[in-house]
Amino acid sequence: MDELAIQTERLGKSFGSKRVLNELDLEVPRGTIFGLLGPNGAGKTTAVRILTTLLAADTGRARVLGFDVARRPQQVRKVIGLTGQYAAVDDLISARENLYMIGRLLGLRARAARRRGAELLAAFGLADAAGTRVRAYSGGMRRRLDLAASLVGRPAVLFLDEPTTGLDLASRNQLWEMIRDLAADGTTVLLTTQYLEEADRLAGQIMVIDHGRTVALGTPSELKGLAGGQVLEVRPLHEADAAAAARVLAGLAGVGTPGTEGDLLTVQVPDEELVTAAARSLDSAGIPVSHLAVRLPSLDEAFLAITGHPAEADADAELEGAGR
Amino acid sequence: MSQTLILARRNLLHVLADPEQLIGLTIQPLMFLLLFVYVFGGAISGSTRGYLQFVLPGLLVQGIAFGTAQTAAGLNADFQRGLIDRFRSLPIGRSAVVAGRVTADLLRTAWSTLIIVAVAVALGFRFHGGWGGVLGAACLALAVGFGMCWLMAFLGVSLRSAESVQAAGFMLVLPLTFASSVLVPAASMPGWLQAFVKVNPMTIFADAMRGLMLGGPVATPLVQAAAWVAGITLVFGALTVRRYRTRS
Repeated sequence: MDELAIQTERLGKSFGSKRVLNELDLEVPRGTIFGLLGPNGAGKTTAVRILTTLLAADTGRARVLGFDVARRPQQVRKVIGLTGQYAAVDDLISARENLYMIGRLLGLRARAARRRGAELLAAFGLADAAGTRVRAYSGGMRRRLDLAASLVGRPAVLFLDEPTTGLDLASRNQLWEMIRDLAADGTTVLLTTQYLEEADRLAGQIMVIDHGRTVALGTPSELKGLAGGQVLEVRPLHEADAAAAARVLAGLAGVGTPGTEGDLLTVQVPDEELVTAAARSLDSAGIPVSHLAVRLPSLDEAFLAITGHPAEADADAELEGAGR
Repeated sequence: MSQTLILARRNLLHVLADPEQLIGLTIQPLMFLLLFVYVFGGAISGSTRGYLQFVLPGLLVQGIAFGTAQTAAGLNADFQRGLIDRFRSLPIGRSAVVAGRVTADLLRTAWSTLIIVAVAVALGFRFHGGWGGVLGAACLALAVGFGMCWLMAFLGVSLRSAESVQAAGFMLVLPLTFASSVLVPAASMPGWLQAFVKVNPMTIFADAMRGLMLGGPVATPLVQAAAWVAGITLVFGALTVRRYRTRS
């Protein structure tokens, strides 16, 4: 049996004269969560659409559980689930009817389809709203239903295209929890995202792509290393202290040059112990701070560190890829 | 086949869940009937009763043609909502989604047609083609609806926005049904228009319907109608399924 759940070889796709995917090689082992990270227009959605048989590649090949997506699309469709960027559920009927319809389309008998739907609605906290038309749902509820809809057939490989874009923090955390549970049960997940944090929290392997080609591949910690570690944010209590605080931070060994975002000083800290050192140095210099926080670099910062150029949002290509 | 029925069921749930749609489906054809018969009837035929006899078969064809615009709008909305992506990523037949839509819309068309006929009979319309004519008219109505649904399905999967679908459907159906023998006999129209009316499939459908409902020659228009329905279905069925699969 094939060890890889997803495999692409030199996958290429152009829309007109625009190259959206450029010789993309991708290998996702079974039972893992793989993060495909990149800015708008990087080709993430196009890759997902090719892997889920919605779009034909121009060159190269792609296989899901060993089935070639171009030659055996129906086999591929039997083993995958897809949750796209836009909640693809029928909002004129109820959640229960949505899941029942998909169950029946997948060949379940009426009773089995009802049972599977009820099971998923309970698991996703939608049992109370099961009979409500989806139109009345909140954004978070719709996404949960969309995810539930892609799980009706118990897919071995799940594709999530920016599953949390536009969600509030609570809904995002809830969805992350569900995705982790799925992976723990053995589902292979390919997730695209624009957030390094999301990829970091979920994925075992992350591939960073830009303009359809790979720019980095590794575990989250390897990638964070490439991106120059975490970012320390400091906001002095008094604005007059800004320059002095910047000097203190710059004086710490191993820390990069501080940047500013308004009255916020940001500095890359490759080693987490430097955070304590920074706090101590600021205190002994007599600079009170109102905000001291450590965060992961944003995609933009990571991009700049890895590729040496900022990520340019290329909305056109991604829009074409999504067909909207 | 069962996939088609499951998808048809979903489309019919839309109608049941939306009372406004149901009212529209029922009231709109009736409005056409009453307006045409009582506003134009006297002027065109000398009496409303006489015009009702003439126009009802034509109005059925017109109602069917307008009703199938729903097929275009519904399919287009499914694309907009991203639902088609979900369907296309499921292991189902390539024509099931469109066929499900057409099946549901045929039932809607049948409902509207029955309502108009029932009210028309109450207003004094009388069948003169015997039971065979009634049965034949019912079959013809479904066949015309079926063919028109595929034509509309093609519009729905080809055009991008809901607005352009609506505009295209309207611009197609309105001239086709007015420049025909649907509402008035063609004899008073200028010669160049008569030439168009003669080949217009709506004229053929209306003439066949009249023959069946009022008694009269049916063989020629029926054969021609069948040829049109078969041609439209084959051409637009194939185009629609292909476009459905490849639209990105």
